[in-house]
Amino acid sequence: MSMAATEAKAPAEQVAKTKGYWSGVLKRFSRDPVAVTCAVIVLLLILAAIFAPYLGLNDPYKASMIKRLKPIGFPGFPLGTDEQGRDMLARLLYGGRLTLFVGLMPVVFAFGIGSTLGLIAGYAGGWVNTIIMRTVDVFFAFPSVLLAIAISGALGAGIVNSIVSLTIVFIPPIARVAESATSSVRALDYIDAARASGGNALTIIRVHVLGNVLGPIFVYATSLTSVCMILAAGLSFLGIGVRPPEPEWGLMLNTLRTAIYVNPWVAALPGLMIFITSLCLNLLSDGLRSAMNVKD
Amino acid sequence: MTRQEDRGGPRQPLLIAKDLKRHFPIRSGLLNRQTATVHAVDGVSFDVKKGEVLGIVGESGCGKSTTARLMIGLIELDDGQIIFDGDVLGEDITLKELRRGVQMVFQDSYASLNPRLTILDSVAFGPKINGLEDPEGKARNLLKRVGLEPDRFAHRYPHELSGGQRQRVNIARALAMEPRLVILDEAVSALDKSVEAQVLNLLNELREEFGLTYIFISHDLNVVRYISDRVLVMYLGEVVEVGPAEAIYHNQAHPYTSSLFAAMPSMDPDNRTEEPPLAGDPPNPINPPSGCRFHTRCKFAESVCSAAKPKLSVIGGDETHLAACHMMDPASGHSQSFREAAE
Amino acid sequence: MFTYLVRRLIYVLPVAIGVSMFCFLLVHIAPGDPLTAIMPVDATAEEQAAMRSAYGLDKPMPVQYAIWIGKAATGDLGKSIATGRPVAGEVFLAVKNSLLLAFAASLIAFPIGLFLGFLAGYFRDTIFDRMITAVAITGVSVPNYWLGIVLVIVFSVQLGWLPSMGAGPGGSGEWSWDLEHIRYLVLPAVTLAVVPIGIVARTVRALVGDIFSMDFVQALFAKGLYPIDVLRHVIRNAAPTALSVMGLQLGYLLGGSILIETVFNWPGSGFLLSNAIFQRDLPLLQGTILVLALFFVTMNLIVDVLQAAIDPRIKRS
Repeated sequence: MSMAATEAKAPAEQVAKTKGYWSGVLKRFSRDPVAVTCAVIVLLLILAAIFAPYLGLNDPYKASMIKRLKPIGFPGFPLGTDEQGRDMLARLLYGGRLTLFVGLMPVVFAFGIGSTLGLIAGYAGGWVNTIIMRTVDVFFAFPSVLLAIAISGALGAGIVNSIVSLTIVFIPPIARVAESATSSVRALDYIDAARASGGNALTIIRVHVLGNVLGPIFVYATSLTSVCMILAAGLSFLGIGVRPPEPEWGLMLNTLRTAIYVNPWVAALPGLMIFITSLCLNLLSDGLRSAMNVKD
Repeated sequence: MTRQEDRGGPRQPLLIAKDLKRHFPIRSGLLNRQTATVHAVDGVSFDVKKGEVLGIVGESGCGKSTTARLMIGLIELDDGQIIFDGDVLGEDITLKELRRGVQMVFQDSYASLNPRLTILDSVAFGPKINGLEDPEGKARNLLKRVGLEPDRFAHRYPHELSGGQRQRVNIARALAMEPRLVILDEAVSALDKSVEAQVLNLLNELREEFGLTYIFISHDLNVVRYISDRVLVMYLGEVVEVGPAEAIYHNQAHPYTSSLFAAMPSMDPDNRTEEPPLAGDPPNPINPPSGCRFHTRCKFAESVCSAAKPKLSVIGGDETHLAACHMMDPASGHSQSFREAAE
Repeated sequence: MFTYLVRRLIYVLPVAIGVSMFCFLLVHIAPGDPLTAIMPVDATAEEQAAMRSAYGLDKPMPVQYAIWIGKAATGDLGKSIATGRPVAGEVFLAVKNSLLLAFAASLIAFPIGLFLGFLAGYFRDTIFDRMITAVAITGVSVPNYWLGIVLVIVFSVQLGWLPSMGAGPGGSGEWSWDLEHIRYLVLPAVTLAVVPIGIVARTVRALVGDIFSMDFVQALFAKGLYPIDVLRHVIRNAAPTALSVMGLQLGYLLGGSILIETVFNWPGSGFLLSNAIFQRDLPLLQGTILVLALFFVTMNLIVDVLQAAIDPRIKRS
């Protein structure tokens, strides 16, 4: 007899529940014009990245020696061309695929792993907590940029390596937030009441802890997406992320650096994309934080 | 599934606590060594008879709540034994089995309900995970019984209820496990007086109806007197006196008990307390006083009091009334007898 | 206070050991053989083995770690595979340059961040606040390596005011405090300052806003104190946290300048690190990261101790 099973049996109750919290969140979020705008922009970027092949764009890999570094507004190339004569508009939209993927997946993985570690540490306490949290402390000794570059540098370039190294970078902060949220919930009487009712640790975590800590951890994780995106593109910019000739904003920014004397504004475009995305992710996270009533 | 069977018969105490001990280490210094120990509960023994209400009183910090949590295994025992209806915990029954028979209601009605669950889910949680039949139906019935109409209240969240209503939910939640013993840890202390009275009446009715036994912990002596059959007085992690409520309220044997009751506000304006009966705060439980722990505040203290620890022993002919004071024992070396000293 | 200091020191020890283990393992998570970069392609098996034992790579891992950490403790971080020079010397020079850049950036970032944050906190929920918050969030959202490029485009390429690369004319490498050298410092320092401006401003805004809404500040106003005197109380309460945030930011600047140093060819630790990565010079990579991380740990320690020294609330815990 699990809680989930009974919930499924009684849809009426579930509606009442959803109404209680998530509808409130949605209502508050929809009244925040900045957050909504940012959500729309991020959504559009993701959609454009996914459906890039169907948008009738030029081939992002097709180079042309005679059409190199054309300015913005050049016929046939609305945003100009790069140092190999490839269409910038196509490369920027296609570039969202890898940049967003490598920029967001690490936070998703770190959210899963970090929350689990933090929940275990916070609920178990004692020596389990000590082992997990002292290990986490070691990683806090590295500024995140340094840690990402160190691991990526050692592992070598590549999409998977970038995701692995960034996941490692973001596990410790998420674990720390999860641990502190869990141990404060753990100290409340309703957990004692549930233990007194004979619930085992897993059941209590599932029914009584998760619902009360996942919100704050999730909001915190969303606040990391912007940094993660910047770092992911930064790794490619350094040449230890995505490999050429794939279109990726950080990598494009790097290869176009030599072009700043010829056609500076085209060279700055990939960075602008990173900036817009990261700004929107940050504002979106702030909006979520206030909509979900999560305090710092 | 019905209530657990009464197996030991009416004369077998429902719960016997034997020499319960719990010390909390204080760590400090350079290497986080254990530098001191809080003697939160230090050798507490008592028994709870079937169907009675045992009140536990004492100043804050005397170990009442720790004792409560020890009895239900929320805090691990350092030493001692808990015997539930003749079954020794850890030998004859497991903690899980004990918890089927013993439930608890906490002081903070808000903190003891999960804010993300409806009150119906909160009440149904225990029966559900213990595989009882129809947990939701049971929860609805209990909500109704504690005065919360299920159709109106079942799907509310804790923050949508008043403090008294939340405490009714907590009572329903405890009863949903079909316990035989309910520990009420300051369960009405945070409520307004009028609400408190209603909840107390509800508790009395439920006791009759379900044949429950209560351990009622409170710092409010009036409330304890109203509801309890017997009263146990604690001081700094030890039992100093235990006996029938009437005896404790009118015929105290221990100087601590009598000063505690002297501090009780009187209804009679002519019967005013002239001097503060109990000066200062209780001593630090990290380094409790030697001998009788009360000797630092006791006006009858003599050298024997700091030298030897008095035993809990029967007073006069009354088998049910015990106190731990050297003045009870003519052979202790104390120059006075408490009864005389008090007069 | 002394006990706190010693306890904090003891607490740092396991972290420092953990950090060194991480740096040591870094070489071993690297795919391939660390020797391939320097080994001639046609080396015989014997030559390979000789090389391996020369670098100590034939011993078991814990022994390798013990040898490595023992040497590191005496300041010997091994030899760079690419240049053959001692790693410690190279790292020392590079860190000096990075520190210079980090200090310059903090000199720009902290006053501006504090000022903006204070203003926003004082005028909370006004148009001021909203503008400054917007600036702060832009600051933390901007990829600074891109901002560096944009600044180069504007101030070097378009306007020709400031140099775009290196740490001095002619790439001499020797730093001196004259106008000619400082011109090289401006763009990288400004670029590096943007993120900490945002972070400091956000923190201080929240701090000051919270303190102003506290009862004791209301009581000070009620007592008839002038706003300027109330301010003194507010600053005293905000100082410990603000200082600790700034201290941490200084540490971040040192480790986080890697990308900026690449953009501006600044001969600092980040520049060294990216060279080490591309030449697969693992001892150099290892040594640089170890030094930077230990510096960061030390910075944390100093910040904590300073904070405890000025904040009476901390000592007890």
